[in-house]
Amino acid sequence: MALLDVKKLGISFGGLRAVDEFSIQIEKGELYGLIGPNGAGKTTIFNLLTGVYKPTDGSIVLDGEDITGKSTIQINRAGIARTFQNIRLFHNLTVIDNVKVGLHNHYKYSAGTGVFRLPKFFRTEKEMNKKALELLRVFDLEGEAYLPASGLPYGKQRKLEIARALATEPKLLLLDEPAAGMNPNETAELMNTIRFVRDNFDMTVLLIEHDMSLVSGICERLSVLNFGQLLCQGETSEVLSNPEVITAYLGE
Amino acid sequence: MKKKLNVQTRKSFVTYALLIVVVIAVEILLNTGNISSMMQGLLVPICVYAILAVSLNLTVGILGELSLGQAGFMCIGAYASAIFSNMVKDSITQPMIRFPLAILIGGICAALFGILIGIPVLRLRGDYLAIVTLAFGEIIKNVFAALYIGYDSAGLHISLKSQGDLNLAADGKMVINGALGISGTPNDSTFEIAVAILFITLIISYNFINSRTGRAVMSIRDNRIAAESVGINITKYKLITFGLTAFLAGVAGVLYSHNFYSLQASKFDYNLSILVLVFVVLGGIGSVRGSVIAAAVLTMLPEYLRSINKYRMLFYAITLIVMMICTSNATVRNFFIRSFEKLKGLVIKKKPAGGTVKEGE
Repeated sequence: MALLDVKKLGISFGGLRAVDEFSIQIEKGELYGLIGPNGAGKTTIFNLLTGVYKPTDGSIVLDGEDITGKSTIQINRAGIARTFQNIRLFHNLTVIDNVKVGLHNHYKYSAGTGVFRLPKFFRTEKEMNKKALELLRVFDLEGEAYLPASGLPYGKQRKLEIARALATEPKLLLLDEPAAGMNPNETAELMNTIRFVRDNFDMTVLLIEHDMSLVSGICERLSVLNFGQLLCQGETSEVLSNPEVITAYLGE
Repeated sequence: MKKKLNVQTRKSFVTYALLIVVVIAVEILLNTGNISSMMQGLLVPICVYAILAVSLNLTVGILGELSLGQAGFMCIGAYASAIFSNMVKDSITQPMIRFPLAILIGGICAALFGILIGIPVLRLRGDYLAIVTLAFGEIIKNVFAALYIGYDSAGLHISLKSQGDLNLAADGKMVINGALGISGTPNDSTFEIAVAILFITLIISYNFINSRTGRAVMSIRDNRIAAESVGINITKYKLITFGLTAFLAGVAGVLYSHNFYSLQASKFDYNLSILVLVFVVLGGIGSVRGSVIAAAVLTMLPEYLRSINKYRMLFYAITLIVMMICTSNATVRNFFIRSFEKLKGLVIKKKPAGGTVKEGE
């Protein structure tokens, strides 16, 4: 059974049908790409999957659990984590604290324990620091751990966002244009990181991207979206040579 | 790495140390009689305002929401504890037992109200939240100003009309007398107790900020959508912060009411809320230490300016403006930082002559 099973998902904003009859099945461990022209509804689909918008119709099933219409928090606990197209970090917190906020629901102690500095506080904080530094090491951010997140260069901010999402221990990771604003070297490095995450964290990844070198480089399967509707779905090489896709998105 | 880890802890320890030094200095002055009676009278209010400012900073600086209801929560703490102290002052004569109980009662009542008000109010954000909290603060004040409470052998009598409406028996006693407020509250607040509570407030605030809860609250401040996406329960953490702010404001109210013989609700008007907000903003939003310093300086200043009677508020206003420019304008701030560094350079340069080079290495 597929890890993510979306059936006939749709949402209307007033008279505008932003997404219509969108279905997708993603297998565990897959690197899946979602592409399409601007305004096709890609980010709307991410917002539907993470509960920011409630779908007007259709169903979303994650790992056998129906998460249709649940809140963002419930969906995150069920196992979907995401990054954002316009980076959304906790700017005034340090890099490591950003990751530790991601660990929030996995390492717990009460507010009282924190205020009165009970032994459990020190124990849990130590474990959190260890885990957070491990994650930062994967993304080569260990050296910047105690700097404010707003001071990081653009590429590293993107990486930190992925690290924070991974800290919530998701089953499915949604990346919204991870390579936006990166130069070819950074993109190549990002591709390696995404592959590394998939292999070492046993992760399933669904990503939106306009950078075709990244899409053709790492995605195993693709869905192409146009005007809120599915245009084409299948193996990356097949989809990219599909004449319809070339007309609608890639250009002749 | 270990050193960097402790930046936050070090900050808090510097504040604790500064407070201890100031308190010791004040104690020495008090014991040698080198302190004016005016200044002596200001000691407890300074602590009260510092606690108010630090607690409001949790909502304004850490949660990032503007609340103008601080005086209302203080009012609840002041009244609840004053009622309690007035009723038990004959049966519990020992202030060491009575006062801690009063503090707990005042704090908990304020926190309960804070959470009750917070549930509907915290759905709002920004200006709207400020307006609604301001209104709630005024409602609380006005309700207490119209409240008559007395007790006799038959129990408590409560009225919102007049003293006569209470129908007290001959042995009855008034506790709250409407706009005249409460009088006869035992003067349990001393400088030592007030400072001890300020110290506890600082510890609570710093520990709160540097914990899992504080991180969650700050993540909401920095980016609500991202906080939600990593599974932070926004309502819960907003309420915790609001409740803690109200609790500490209530405790400040207890200190305040037990510092004066009589207490009127009219003291807790919106001017007080705004005054506390001024402390927070001028001390630096999010800076606990700054709040304490701003509260202390700006409480003392108007009293010292009494000598130039007519121009008092003018100078007060000028000071506020200068402080604001110094803390928020980058050019001016950098100027101060540069001059401070130059000064530090001068001091350090002198050191080798004193033969303390090794220590520096």
